[in-house]
Amino acid sequence: MPTRTAAKPATMAQALQRAMRDAMAEDPTVHVMGEDVGTLGGVFRVTDGLAKEFGEDRCTDTPLAEAGILGTAVGMAMYGLRPVVEMQFDAFAYPAFEQLISHVSRMRNRTRGAMPMPLVIRVPYGGGIGGVEHHSDSSEAYYMATPGLHVVAPATVEDAYGLLRAAIASDDPVVFLEPKRLYWSKSDWSPEAPAAVEPIGKAVVRRSGRSATLITYGPSVPVCMEAAEAAQAEGWDLEVVDLRSLVPFDDETVCASVRRTGRAVVVHESTGFGGPGGEIAARVTERCFHHLEAPVLRVAGFDIPYPPPMLERHHLPGVDRVLDAVARLQWEAGS
Amino acid sequence: MDSLQQRSSTVQEPPGAATAYRPTPPPAWKPRTDPAPLLPDAEPFRVLGTDAVAAADPGLLRRLYAELVRGRRYNAQATALTKQGRLAVYPSTTGQEACEVAAALALEDRDWLFPSYRDTLAAVARGLDPVQALTLLRGDWHTGYDPREHRIAPLCTPLATQLPHAVGLAHAARLKGDDVVALAMVGDGGTSEGDFHEALNFAAVWQAPVVFLVQNNGFAISVPLAKQTAAPSLAHKAVGYGMPGRLVDGNDAVAVHQVLTEAVARARRGGGPTLVEAVTYRIDAHTNADDATRYRGDSEVETWRAHDPILILERELTERGMLDEDTKREAAEAAETMAAALRERMNADPALDPMDLFAHVYAEQTTQLREQAAQLRAELDAESEA
Repeated sequence: MPTRTAAKPATMAQALQRAMRDAMAEDPTVHVMGEDVGTLGGVFRVTDGLAKEFGEDRCTDTPLAEAGILGTAVGMAMYGLRPVVEMQFDAFAYPAFEQLISHVSRMRNRTRGAMPMPLVIRVPYGGGIGGVEHHSDSSEAYYMATPGLHVVAPATVEDAYGLLRAAIASDDPVVFLEPKRLYWSKSDWSPEAPAAVEPIGKAVVRRSGRSATLITYGPSVPVCMEAAEAAQAEGWDLEVVDLRSLVPFDDETVCASVRRTGRAVVVHESTGFGGPGGEIAARVTERCFHHLEAPVLRVAGFDIPYPPPMLERHHLPGVDRVLDAVARLQWEAGS
Repeated sequence: MDSLQQRSSTVQEPPGAATAYRPTPPPAWKPRTDPAPLLPDAEPFRVLGTDAVAAADPGLLRRLYAELVRGRRYNAQATALTKQGRLAVYPSTTGQEACEVAAALALEDRDWLFPSYRDTLAAVARGLDPVQALTLLRGDWHTGYDPREHRIAPLCTPLATQLPHAVGLAHAARLKGDDVVALAMVGDGGTSEGDFHEALNFAAVWQAPVVFLVQNNGFAISVPLAKQTAAPSLAHKAVGYGMPGRLVDGNDAVAVHQVLTEAVARARRGGGPTLVEAVTYRIDAHTNADDATRYRGDSEVETWRAHDPILILERELTERGMLDEDTKREAAEAAETMAAALRERMNADPALDPMDLFAHVYAEQTTQLREQAAQLRAELDAESEA
């Protein structure tokens, strides 16, 4: 475990910064790169201080060009470095999709394992921060549909550290989705205590319950935790499963939970149609059909382009919408 | 009314100034660097047909000749293999062999080559097994070789996307203190892609040890250069990035080799990237799936046939007494031996293990892939029992 002596990380942004810093200190091949990551420390300050501590060759302000950032990172990985790329905002990553899909995700496969792509693409993602257009997309379904990529979304300060460390250590490319609106969420995570490096691909039960399972990840985890507390008054004892990783998908933890509770709701910000919830609901149905007391429901963002900030509260799945879905789990055949 | 006007005119007039207002001039502007040294020459650089041939190393000239002959034979053999159904497709470089050979011979062993899908010949001239170089086109795997073995990146099918890889690799090598140069190859059509721009820009900003070689063979499938770009030449694009542009006769193997060798040396000593445009011509169609008669006339092709890279090198060297019959025969025999071996090996069906489909998606298979691998295993077992 790395030695941590600096100030106690209090927020998710600081935990992420700490994860990069610890990885860079341990492994000289780890390089952070992107627009504004150096002198400015990132627009969310997630890379704050890294350029000062490790030099501009290790934490590099690149030209403003996402395909170029990711494309050059591919070449750096080919030469044995471990680039950690920042895309600044979710929708800014789209120009880099060709590099991501045509090269990053396939290089290992194309070369029969001879040339792995150990790089991390950090994508500050999701809504709820009042961002203007192109600053609030939930693009995980695009990444999930691309074989060869791992897709990870932490929801807690601890996981932000543990999963980013694991992502940087991974010999495969990881799309690391950072829920923007949780950047300033706090935790009593102590920097002095050993911080666990979480293996990618393991979901966790955030709250145990018996009546139904809320399956969620990233920014929707706190929403589901709040909904679960509120549902107690209605007599619902909800279990909350935080997926943490969408690819690989932890069927075991999810299905074990649904088999216990017999009911499930998938909750995420991304669109419902063609969104991750459809895949998750199908997987659960295929594996747990005889345990289900009701159809697996989805609470998702509407199937619209991400709305302007003054209307986003109507789009984002909130506690009430989750509770409405839970009420619909009182399903009767023929209803 | 009058008094108001008087008062307002008194207020508008700056104290002590009788002339109209002029904004403060902006800070002085000048170009960040002098563009003149970056501009390519007006004419493509040539060695053949000039006195410079006499000064060239005879050993190099003979090697270039032998590689051109072998490359031409490789193109012919691979084209024949497509007609026999042994290759799904082959993008021939007949007529462009000088660029391919010079690209490979301009590099040291420790350097890296980033080829496009058309640059099989450059990879083979660099030492890649001729059969492995065709794996992608035969269809038994996407890349048949370990890129690190000969320092040849996978033949790249998307256009220009390998160029930023070359920049990143060269940049990484320099960060590690290695004097490695990356040579990235692209066609004229590829220069229109966004990745071409981003790669050149990154390379220039980082002063990465990269050489970009554009083979301008006249057409992107069917679209001629005039519909591809409005630039004076593709080499002129270099100026906008702050790197030198060089224009070279792409059918003059000696000239291409010289220009590339200089650009590689410049990159190696820390001089930064260079953009080289080699003006050449694609004698064959884009691939066997293309009908070139729909977009170009025979007379144009014949003009270029007269400027064939093997023909002009052979004639000039023969006239100067630098190429004897023995050397020519040896080159032809070596090419024939290569072609015979290629034919024989390519006519054998490759042994494929379908389970390899799941072997190289991730370092460690996901649960989902393990389940799917088990499904395929069962299907294969059922097939073999039936």
